[in-house]
Order: sequence, then structure tokens, then C-alpha cells
Amino acid sequence: MAILHTINKSPFDKGSLETCVRLASKGSAVLFIEDGVYGAMKGTAKSGVVEGAKGDLSFYVLGPDLKARGIGEDKLIDGIEVVDYNGFVKLAVDNDKVQAWL
Amino acid sequence: MSEIKKFMYVNRKAPYGTIYAWESLEVVLIGAAFEQDVSMAFIDDGVYQLVKGQNTKELGIKNFSPTYTALGDYDVKKIYVEKESLDARGLTIDDLMPLKWEDENEDYAEKDSIQILPAKELAGLLDDADVLLSF
Repeated sequence: MAILHTINKSPFDKGSLETCVRLASKGSAVLFIEDGVYGAMKGTAKSGVVEGAKGDLSFYVLGPDLKARGIGEDKLIDGIEVVDYNGFVKLAVDNDKVQAWL
Repeated sequence: MSEIKKFMYVNRKAPYGTIYAWESLEVVLIGAAFEQDVSMAFIDDGVYQLVKGQNTKELGIKNFSPTYTALGDYDVKKIYVEKESLDARGLTIDDLMPLKWEDENEDYAEKDSIQILPAKELAGLLDDADVLLSF
């Protein structure tokens, strides 16, 4: 059964991103929200985590949380899809359950 | 409303710095009381919840670690610990409380509740759950 994984902590503060990638099965969706959106940025010390997993997992990031933090879409790792709140709801509905990596 | 669902409780916080661990235990016991199929996963700092020898006397707060040893009596006997998290913290099964349950089909033989699983296997158990509760 498909899982939507949400990450709401900065990858520089917590290991949530690494743990999520370790425990998410192939084909799962991962959505960055709140401070988690820093994990979607390219050129950081943590970008490799997403780069290495994006062949197996689909990555999304919540647009309003990017804008609030002044992160332009040009700063995102290639292949990450920006979604709005409706997109967040759709991801939750399209998957069987949600695992929040707090 | 008699349908039994698979509840998986995902525990990722150390025991006393925040209230997550204690709250998770409370919810687990409620779920067990409603005779649901309960599993618990301990990942990241969550593995510290199961370390034996906890003594909170000088903190003046409740030591809730004995509650884990009572889980078997509530039919909570599927306790999964992620191997990678244990290894990263220099811990082994010997550092954890020996959690047991009694198998009534085998003359109440005591069996171990804790299983140490690599991330890949634990991922499969998360997929199989009907409900995930994150702490």
C-alpha cells in the first residue's frame, strides 16, 4: 500500500530526511513541508540524499512554505515537483496512508 | 465496527526530553484495549526508549520504562527495532529491556517481543500497515 511521507524538519537539524529515504519503499511519494523544504534545495551538504533517491521515490515540496522562506524554484533540485495546498490534499488522497517524519 | 486493523506506531524520539514517547505508549495501550492488531517500530532516537536501567528518580518525573515490559500482557508483542538506528548509537539487543509475551497456545511459554530488523524489512512492515501513527 502506497505511503505519502512528509518531512517537516530541516535536514541540517534532524535526520528525518535520511531516515525517510532509508525506510521509504520504491515508488513512494515524499513531500517536504515547513522547515523540511530546505531539504529540497540543490547545492547543499544534504542535496545528495535526494539526488541519490530520486530514481526510486517521487519528491514534492509545498510551494507556500518555499515562498515564506524566500526559496525560489530555481534553487530546487531537478525533478522535485512544487505543489500547492490542493496538491498536498491530492497526494494524501492518492496514497493509502501518511507517515510523518517529525 | 469489529474490523481489526493493523496499527503501526512509529517511535523516533528519546524518552524524557519531549513527551512523544510517553504519549505514544498511552495511545498504544488504548489501541490494544480495542483489540486492534498493534505493532511498534523504534527508529532513530526512538531506540533509546527501550534501553534498560532507566532511573528518573533525581529528575522527579515518572519512569515509564516499566510500561514497555507490560505491553505483552496487552497482547502487544510485535516490537520492531531498526538495526541501522541501534548500530549508529553503539547499542545491541543486550542494552535493551527484554520484552516478553506469553503464548497461551504453548502453555504460556515466554517469547521475545523485540525483533531487530534492517531498514529494508521494516519498510515492508510500514507498507503493510493499515494505519500509521507517528511519534
